[in-house]
Amino acid sequence: MSERVVLGQKNPEDLEASNDLMTINMGPSHPAMHGTVRLVLQIEGERIVASDVQPGYLHRCFEKEAEYATYNQVFPYTDRLNYLSPMLNNVGFALAVETLLDITDDIPLRTQYIRVMVGEISRITDHLTCIGASAMELGGFTVFLYLIKVREWFYELLEELCGARLTYSYVRIGGVSHDLTENFTIRLKDILARTKNMLSETETMLTNNKIFRDRMENVAIVSKEDAIAWGFTGPCGRASGLDYDVRKDYPYLIYDRLAFDVPVGEHGDCYDRYLVRLEEIKQSMSMLDQCMEQIEPGPIVVDDLRVSMPAKKEVYNTIEGMIAHFKHVVDGVKVPAGETYGFTEGGNGELGFFIVSDGTGRPYKCHVRSPSFTTLQALPFMIKNALISDVIPTFGMINMIGGECDR
Amino acid sequence: MIDTLITIADWPGVKWVILVLMFALPVASLLTWAERRQSAMIQDRLGPNRANIGNIRLWGILHFVADVIKMIGKEDFIPGNAHRGLFKLAPILALVPVLIAFCIIPFGPTIYPHALFDVISTDALQGMIIHGGVANDLTWADQITLQILTIDFGLIFYFAILTFANYGTTLAGWSSYNKLALLGGLRASSQMMSYEVTMGLSLMGLFLIMGTLEPGEIVRQQGPNPWQWGIVLQPVAFLLFFSAAIAETKRAPFDLPEGESEIVGYFVEYSGLRWGMFFLSEFIEIVFISMLITSLFFGGWQVPFLHDDGLYLFGTVTEMNHITVSLLRILSFVMKVFFFCWFQLMIRWTLPRFRPDQLMQLGWKRLLPLALLNTMVTALILLWIQ
Repeated sequence: MSERVVLGQKNPEDLEASNDLMTINMGPSHPAMHGTVRLVLQIEGERIVASDVQPGYLHRCFEKEAEYATYNQVFPYTDRLNYLSPMLNNVGFALAVETLLDITDDIPLRTQYIRVMVGEISRITDHLTCIGASAMELGGFTVFLYLIKVREWFYELLEELCGARLTYSYVRIGGVSHDLTENFTIRLKDILARTKNMLSETETMLTNNKIFRDRMENVAIVSKEDAIAWGFTGPCGRASGLDYDVRKDYPYLIYDRLAFDVPVGEHGDCYDRYLVRLEEIKQSMSMLDQCMEQIEPGPIVVDDLRVSMPAKKEVYNTIEGMIAHFKHVVDGVKVPAGETYGFTEGGNGELGFFIVSDGTGRPYKCHVRSPSFTTLQALPFMIKNALISDVIPTFGMINMIGGECDR
Repeated sequence: MIDTLITIADWPGVKWVILVLMFALPVASLLTWAERRQSAMIQDRLGPNRANIGNIRLWGILHFVADVIKMIGKEDFIPGNAHRGLFKLAPILALVPVLIAFCIIPFGPTIYPHALFDVISTDALQGMIIHGGVANDLTWADQITLQILTIDFGLIFYFAILTFANYGTTLAGWSSYNKLALLGGLRASSQMMSYEVTMGLSLMGLFLIMGTLEPGEIVRQQGPNPWQWGIVLQPVAFLLFFSAAIAETKRAPFDLPEGESEIVGYFVEYSGLRWGMFFLSEFIEIVFISMLITSLFFGGWQVPFLHDDGLYLFGTVTEMNHITVSLLRILSFVMKVFFFCWFQLMIRWTLPRFRPDQLMQLGWKRLLPLALLNTMVTALILLWIQ
């Protein structure tokens, strides 16, 4: 990041030596620190000389809890990682476990399409919330409510699909819990059309708004080299010019069958991060269109009793089904011993699950590589020498999600 | 008897009660509801609509009553280390100057109580004349000017008075013993001081054209023809003044002193009615700014094409008596004020917030030179015309 030198002001180093600074607390309960993170800022006037970022207020022992749950019981926990895009977490975890089980190729095609669709819907809701919340913190409350309204349409659709508005727990090892509802495609098409309108309204209000651009442009610039050094992935990394998208570079599920572009920024400032997110929403929408055309009827779980629950009819009528069901509930899916790192493109970047199995039905170790956490570590460096007001768009565009960052 | 009534009606105190207590304050209170309701309509939601007394609901208008009751009921908290005297003084300093500033607003034409039902007009030679009637000197002797104080230095008075409001916000931030409030207070003082300069200078062109600082006279000079109004004569000044005025009210996009998502605001430590005073003063300022803009740039109480003796439209004259004309003019003033209140709320809910340094740059590097340029160009044009 290029040092911003302001004429007539003292050097930050001199200030740190003298005691001419004010320490100010932002968070953990501060209007802009959504997801409870605490920033301790050393400021001179409104300029930030040094800052200390303290995450961890939302730590819920995800990794430890996962060790006591069967593989399928971990899904509700993953919902609560990035609670703006729970489906992506579900899919990511399922894919990691399936790699260990070595059944990645056996997953029915329809399931793969369903996973991509719900995942992309979740990506849209994630980005919508990020843009909306950032706009709200910059004073554009109207945009926030417009986007939240759109998000709610998608939430309702997913609620119809799996019964929950936010914590879906929809994906299972080897499949998904329900098939798509009858009018899922019809509703999705309708929602996408309406979303297009709302997005264009949002763009009118933000993209070329002088005040908004002034607030976002040239704020918290991260060069490509810095982005790589800090481990940026996802929209933040791509805004810095890092052309890396797991969906494109290491295709999983049926992403290689879809045509989509990966938007890459030039300047690496907050405005680029906003534009990348906006473009990704549009790309996700086009992916959904393609999925709706390509998806075909078929089974939604792997036809393997060791991995998937037997049908209820079998459970009640056959001894094998009954026992398989019992073993699933009590012991969980037996995953061969070994370790794997399964990574997918989450809402904020590369979402990785590192799973070690000791051959039982519960993970021996389950570590999450959360994109929020790696991005957040660059925050002190991004806001150094910026103004207090710059913290808001910077933090907003990092889209740090407490649940995912603190796990 | 009638003379006494006229004297009482012409007394500034009575006019102040009518304009401020009976018009501006209720409108400001309604604006607190209107802002929420209007923003709700913009944002596709319902907004406050439930406050009611029995079955009287009135689309939620009663919410401002509920708000006041809530504020009265709240604990009046003063932080332990706050400077108690200044802490208590600050809200008063924020509220009172605005209430005083209303003195210069001309909210209607001069009313001649003895000629209420006559058709009157102004003649260059004879002064006021009554059409087809007899007027004696007494008819014109008694008059009610619908302006609290007609003072030659009206607008200077306004700038002087409103500067006190700066102290209110700055002291509120400083005396609260809170770092965030202090930052808010600093932002407020720097912002309001910078924008007052532009505000004053933007009006210079108008003063040059009108040759007066007295708002009542400015309104009279603008006349009933819209092409003679300030907005046509000084369009740039209007934009400058309007921007600076919104900055003075400390509302989005200039709501940096509050900046609720950044520094929470200069009044973060205030609660109850003290906070309510800041809140209300903001809305009273909206009303005041609307009145001032109406007066200076949109012909004040003038109705388009309505002269003293009737409507001049398409070459025909529709004669109207004095009371009709006066009422129409007051109504026109009220409508214009409402329009600008609405317009300010629209801006509030459309634009995001500036950053402090950008705000200063806008104020000093863009608006101020533009105001100076506007003054110079106006002066040169006036010189050329002469």
